[in-house]
Amino acid sequence: MSEQVKEPLFSKKNRKLITDPLSENNPVTIQVLGICSALAITVSLEQAVVMGLSVLAVVSVGNVVISLLRNLIPDRIRIIIQLVAAASLVIIVNEVLKAFLPDMAEKLSVFVGLIITNCILMGRYEAFAMMNKPWPSFLDGIGNSLGYVWILLAVSFFRELFGTGKLFGMTILGDSIEKTGLYAYGYMNNNLIILAPFALFCVAIIIWIQRSVNKSLIEK
Amino acid sequence: MVDYINIAIKGIFVENMIFAYFLGMCSYLAVSKTVKTASGLGAAVIFVLGVTVPVNWLLENYVLKEGALSWLGDEFKTLDLSFLAFIMFIAVVAAIVQLVEMLVEKFAPALYGALGIFLPLIAVNCSILGGALFMQERQYSTIGEATVFAVSSGIGWFIAIVALAAIREKIKYSHVPAPLKGLGITFIITGLMGIAFMSFSGISL
Repeated sequence: MSEQVKEPLFSKKNRKLITDPLSENNPVTIQVLGICSALAITVSLEQAVVMGLSVLAVVSVGNVVISLLRNLIPDRIRIIIQLVAAASLVIIVNEVLKAFLPDMAEKLSVFVGLIITNCILMGRYEAFAMMNKPWPSFLDGIGNSLGYVWILLAVSFFRELFGTGKLFGMTILGDSIEKTGLYAYGYMNNNLIILAPFALFCVAIIIWIQRSVNKSLIEK
Repeated sequence: MVDYINIAIKGIFVENMIFAYFLGMCSYLAVSKTVKTASGLGAAVIFVLGVTVPVNWLLENYVLKEGALSWLGDEFKTLDLSFLAFIMFIAVVAAIVQLVEMLVEKFAPALYGALGIFLPLIAVNCSILGGALFMQERQYSTIGEATVFAVSSGIGWFIAIVALAAIREKIKYSHVPAPLKGLGITFIITGLMGIAFMSFSGISL
């Protein structure tokens, strides 16, 4: 074993683990995982950032944990073990959010809990961490969560900007009541964008653009 | 009785699991290619929600909530275990799904044939855990209310997935722009259906 060539920490293969999920193998737009939360909490950028970081933490740490345990987990009950690992991590995230960002925890309500059943988690645990070493698993977790995060950020950017005229809660387009900025010229916030269905349209548009650029992704 | 009807209408239409909260979206998108499989999964969701939410309600009210353990004696009165909710709920969901699968296989082979492959899938369907978490958040006062809420949410989910599957069966014959084929157009259809369902949101019950 000692003669085994040691792979550099950021070898080409490992770098690919991070970059692949950002576009070609994006968890949201290509693998269709983790849609529920991607749509529900993208009303504002702030929520998207907090949610994204929570998922990042749970997927990457969980991947390492599952990967370390992968030779000990009996095949028949692996789903339960993965769920328990995920649930414990989510409890930690939830308690941290409640302690340091109580307003945010209130706004995200059940969706923090629903990280447990976020398919990205189970998908990565089952498909990657169960058969790979901890370090690649960690990178894979980071890569996939970043793929998820950028979709969240893109969707919530448009929804917050055009829905409320704000970004991160700061006014960008002017004040809609006092008619300053763009609003002086008769611009109006589009309230439809804040509502649930528009998130679906946003993701659809991202998919459309992505698949127009990369034709190999088009479904038959 | 009126309460129950209100909760049921709210669960099916006003606060539809799919269109208002996007719960169970992954399997909703993945298993909606034909009406037959969609109705199988929909039925399984109604069934599992109807069983797990009442069990989780009991767990919440007699074990987890602050003071819920007072039936054990005075010293347990101040105990608050609600931080354990996630892990307990998901364990209950996974265990019940497994149990239901075995029972159905033994006593109703025909039903098992119809639901078979969908049952294990359901353990990680967000709508099931979501149902339990909403039940916790909304504090239903009786187990009856919780059950009605669970079953009606399931029916709402069933309607949504069957309707989408029916539309997708037809859309195969239409000229969808190539990059939108499959996933993209499904998102747009769901969005349009969501807008239609939003017309219920004005109803105050």
